[in-house]
Amino acid sequence: MNFLFAYKMAIKSIWGNKTRSALTMLGVIIGVMAVIVAVGFAQGSMQTVTNRIEGMGSNLITCMILSTSESKQLTLKDLESLEQSSQYITKISPYILKQSNVKYETNTKSTRIFGTDENYLEMEGMKLESGRFISALDIEKNDKVAVVGATIKNKLYDDEDPVGKYIKINGTKFLVIGCVESVANGMEGTNDDMVMLPISVAQRTLKITNVTMFLAEARDGDVIDIATQKVKDFLFDIYRDNDQYVVITQEAMLSVMGDISGIMMLILGSIATISLVVGGIGIMNIMLVSVSERTREIGIRKAIGAKRRDIMIQFLIESLLLTGIGGIIGIILGLLAIKYIIGNIGLIQPVYSLPWTIAAFSISLTIGITFGLFPAYKAAKLNPIEALRNE
Amino acid sequence: MIDLKNIYKIYKLGENEVFALNDVSLHIDRHEFVSIIGPSGSGKSTLMNILGCLDVPSKGTYTLDGKLVAGKTDDELAEIRNNMIGFVFQGFNLLPKLSAIENVELPLIYKNVPAAERRKLAKEALEKVGLGERINHKPTELSGGQQQRVAIARALVTNPPIILGDEPTGNLDSKVGKEVMDIFKDLHAQGNTIILITHDSDVAAQAKRIVRIQDGKLYEES
Ligand SMILES: Nc1ncnc2c1ncn2[C@@H]1O[C@H](COP(=O)(O)OP(=O)(O)O)[C@@H](O)[C@H]1O
Ligand SMILES: [Mg+2]
Repeated sequence: MNFLFAYKMAIKSIWGNKTRSALTMLGVIIGVMAVIVAVGFAQGSMQTVTNRIEGMGSNLITCMILSTSESKQLTLKDLESLEQSSQYITKISPYILKQSNVKYETNTKSTRIFGTDENYLEMEGMKLESGRFISALDIEKNDKVAVVGATIKNKLYDDEDPVGKYIKINGTKFLVIGCVESVANGMEGTNDDMVMLPISVAQRTLKITNVTMFLAEARDGDVIDIATQKVKDFLFDIYRDNDQYVVITQEAMLSVMGDISGIMMLILGSIATISLVVGGIGIMNIMLVSVSERTREIGIRKAIGAKRRDIMIQFLIESLLLTGIGGIIGIILGLLAIKYIIGNIGLIQPVYSLPWTIAAFSISLTIGITFGLFPAYKAAKLNPIEALRNE
Repeated sequence: MIDLKNIYKIYKLGENEVFALNDVSLHIDRHEFVSIIGPSGSGKSTLMNILGCLDVPSKGTYTLDGKLVAGKTDDELAEIRNNMIGFVFQGFNLLPKLSAIENVELPLIYKNVPAAERRKLAKEALEKVGLGERINHKPTELSGGQQQRVAIARALVTNPPIILGDEPTGNLDSKVGKEVMDIFKDLHAQGNTIILITHDSDVAAQAKRIVRIQDGKLYEES
């Protein structure tokens, strides 16, 4: 039997039952769309985070102290000696962190207060939008100055330049000297949602004496391992237990992100694939209905010489076309959803993945064949006499 | 051409056995025009199914064109039907979604005849049955007589040695039925072998040879 004619027949039959065909395709459309959107979302969010980590520079070492011990505490002096002790460590930026309420005129907000030093901004790969950053002199003189993030600028200062205005933290007034460029579209709870103070002032205002986190910068990317070891040794000397702190390099963070990304893609991909399979079951259901509705047609075709293979091909092409058209519509809708819905959320940059689009389309075609096979086989096996008797 | 020897078709209905065909022997030569007449339930359709290779007998031998029709697979039977037999049914059995000419082309599609030749042959067959126009209409847009003409054209188009009609005038009024019978007579005059199954003695009388069937047994009329 000739394929062109089989296609013509299949299109006729699909077109002849428009509503039913559309409903059948819906399962595949949603499935393919789900794959593209889910993968786009996962890859996009991973890309966003990865870009940020990479922006921090490859010679950055992040250290977090987990210990809550009162006797063993990390001080600014300890860090100074660490900086001096190794030629491989060029800079250290300590910071402390606490959630607190901030206020300007009648606007209040809960945000994270950072106490840090002059190196922090550059080491984190952030930029100033206006004003200046905390200086060594501010720390030395215990100046009551603050640098705010984009969320604070928006929420407290109605998006006006906050430099020169004051900000009230725990009842103390601070002069805003700088505003950081947005890194996360000004969303709440992100790195935009914070206020930075000179570490000396922060320790007093937040009533924290020890340092809970610090960034260390290796001289260059080649000595990062030596520098990391140096930091680890230094912390071990203080805590005598390597469960009391975490030392992470950018490389390690990227590799963790890679793992998370892989798992996320796998989970989202599987969920989307399951929805495709459900769509496939819908196809099978409709194809079975179609076969039983067209029993007489099959009988006629067999009587005038159609072989099993001819009938199989006819029904397979029909289910293949249903899933193929559904797949293409799903791809188009998926791309539109990525572009106009996820793209507009702003926080993450959705990524369009060609390999996954091809995969989703192939899966939908495979499903068309797999789930079309049984109904097609049923049709091909029909006894022509019984089929002709069917009204 | 057709040779049935001691054919039985036995249907089992629970404990009972129904002898739809009971020791039937029949010989039909090329270019004959035979009608098989019998009342309802006498076994006409069963005989037609076996003659048309839609079914195989329970017992007995059927030789078609010198070849034994036994132990054939579904697909081999389909091929024999495609090449040797043109069916004309009582209920026309056209595909409603296809146009008249597409319906006529269908047996050629299963024969893998190229599209251009298919068109040409289908047109010729339609002209032969007096349906040169309206060939692009759907069956529902045609009268009963026209539909049966399309069905006859479909039976003719592969130029099969045998044309089998199962009550081909059964659904038509007597005037149109007569026209359809005239087509069969024409086809016979052009050298086709025609076997008509009917319960209408007026229809049967128009054949050159009449075979009577009663309770699954055949009686030749002379
Ligand atoms: N598939 C079947 N199963 C059981 N009995 C059948 C079947 N087909 C036909 N019969 C029986 O065989 C006999 C002949 O039937 P049929 O050939 O259809 O007669 P006709 O076409 O002359 O009306 C009837 O008694 C009918 O009930
Ligand atoms: Mg009958």
